[in-house]
Amino acid sequence: MTKKPWISLGGIGVFAVLLLAVAPLVLSDHWLNNLGKYCCWAIAAVGIGLAWGRGGMLVMGQGVFFALGAYSMAMHLTLESAGDRVPGFMVLYDPLAPLPAFWEPFRGAGFTLLAIVLLPVVVAGILGYALFKRRVKGAYFAILTQALAVALATLISSTIRETGGDTGLSDFKYFFGFVLNDPANKIMVFLIAAGLLVVCLLVVWQLYRSRFGELLVATRDAEERVRFLGYDPANVKLVAFVVSALMASIGGAMFVPIVGIITPAEIGAAASILMIAGVAFGGRASLFGPALGAMAVGWGQSSLGSTWPDGWTYILGLLFIVVILFLPNGLSSLPARFAAARRRPEQKAAPSAATPELEEVRS
Amino acid sequence: MTDASLVVTDLRVEFSGFVAVGGVSFDAHPGEVRFLIGPNGAGKTTCIDAITGLTKGTGSARLGEKELLGRQVHKIVRLGVGRTFQTASVFDELTVLQNLDIAAGRHRPAISLLRARRGVDPAIERALEETGLAGELTTPAGILSHGQKQWLEIAMLLVQDAKVLLLDEPVAGMSQDERTATGELLQRIAAKRIVLVVEHDMDFMRRYATRVTVLHQGRVLSQGTVAEVQADPRVQEVYLGTADAMTEG
Ligand SMILES: Nc1ncnc2c1ncn2[C@@H]1O[C@H](COP(=O)(O)OP(=O)(O)OP(=O)(O)O)[C@@H](O)[C@H]1O
Ligand SMILES: [Mg+2]
Repeated sequence: MTKKPWISLGGIGVFAVLLLAVAPLVLSDHWLNNLGKYCCWAIAAVGIGLAWGRGGMLVMGQGVFFALGAYSMAMHLTLESAGDRVPGFMVLYDPLAPLPAFWEPFRGAGFTLLAIVLLPVVVAGILGYALFKRRVKGAYFAILTQALAVALATLISSTIRETGGDTGLSDFKYFFGFVLNDPANKIMVFLIAAGLLVVCLLVVWQLYRSRFGELLVATRDAEERVRFLGYDPANVKLVAFVVSALMASIGGAMFVPIVGIITPAEIGAAASILMIAGVAFGGRASLFGPALGAMAVGWGQSSLGSTWPDGWTYILGLLFIVVILFLPNGLSSLPARFAAARRRPEQKAAPSAATPELEEVRS
Repeated sequence: MTDASLVVTDLRVEFSGFVAVGGVSFDAHPGEVRFLIGPNGAGKTTCIDAITGLTKGTGSARLGEKELLGRQVHKIVRLGVGRTFQTASVFDELTVLQNLDIAAGRHRPAISLLRARRGVDPAIERALEETGLAGELTTPAGILSHGQKQWLEIAMLLVQDAKVLLLDEPVAGMSQDERTATGELLQRIAAKRIVLVVEHDMDFMRRYATRVTVLHQGRVLSQGTVAEVQADPRVQEVYLGTADAMTEG
């Protein structure tokens, strides 16, 4: 128990070297860009692992926070590319259209970066406070967050003049002064995303080994009991929820320069569920499971999903069912399972914080 | 503050019209092992629930000067009122040390939560000695024996520095030896704290109770020392099925 965190830290180190040093050397531009995209989903997934895996909150609407970061970034990049003019898509409908007031502050790079960090914190803070203090949990919490993602996607779809609607925001030429077409700058953007993923892993690594991590697991497993130890479980959950929202926002923000387009489809119900799927697949309560699961699902989507889109959907669904049925704690629980099988049968595997019960939606 | 008493006056709890506790009064002082007994459904657990803020009650429950009723659960805990549950509820997936560490945590500043634990708190060490769990430091609580889980719960109350311990059937399912160990543990910790035990086990009650309150259908049936309560004909009537348990031994 005392040694394990340091092994994990070594794991993060290896992961960082693979991602930051090896990947740029061996991968083509195309696949490096794809890997960058997976990193963005992985960043959001790390947050979901924290909130859902360790905190027991089934966050089905992380697309909302992904969108806050993504659209903040996209508005800034759109304005940067448009220069002094009004962005192209707005002129399309009305050549004399003024820039909507809420776009104006996103001209500033500093404001944009601040928004990417503060918007999710404030929104998740208010939302989480209202829900957790009222003891909304389980399926109700899941449905509510999912509904918010649907609502936000619908709102964006229906405000085509202000947000680009279903066509989304795209055609970004610059990224904080760097020309996005330049291959060297593309590598830089990838390195930023990958670096942020490593930072997020380090953050949850510290959270998991801290007293807070233990308290979070305790709250997940026996919220009432935690209350009777003098803590307010709402505050414990709030912290995890806000951190996970922040991570989703960061993932969304980096998604924009890497993929070059953001649309409501990337943040709506289906996208939010896909984020969850990756986390469940990898192992929601483990350190690496969510990130690796999200990257695997992302990879499946861009390799299989583009050549055989129908088949991919079925395969993903089937995979999901198999994992839930046979590996409720995801692929990352495989090594422990093998180890347990090899040990003498009378030594029953001890439960650990990384293996929550199958029952995921508590009322 | 250490010699503050728990004084419950005219406590009433209703569940949509059904009176589960209908005007119960009793008090408990440091230095005594106070028992609350009664047949199934008498309202014992509900009394504890009301005192700890889990269910709404009217009347009064005071710890020293402070009124407990009407406060939030975690605020009542912070006043020094701790409880256990009829079914042992420890954090199964955490080790004994982690369980105790969380219990000890409410005295720490919030920011210290972000650091990992280094070493074992002296208060935790003392509680482990006291409850005989010193050898189980790194055992996941989920695989402790039933009796050990109950002791872990008591140890958690000790590190939490509870002034009042409300224990709901702490020896249910324990072996005879474990009962004796628990009874002696309760006597030791009651020296400086208020200990209120809800129990069905009459033999256990007889051996360790200093004063007893008998509840029946949400009301106090009898109150006094073990001998006084045992001699009360109304108590014998209520415990007709188990009358032998009340009088013999
Ligand atoms: N949440 C509730 N809603 C409705 N009725 C309840 C509720 N909780 C308890 N009761 C009822 O209140 C009465 C007292 O219950 P309580 O659990 O306090 O009994 P008890 O003395 O602890 O019994 P036992 O020895 O079986 O634990 C019972 O009739 C019970 O059915
Ligand atoms: Mg009871």
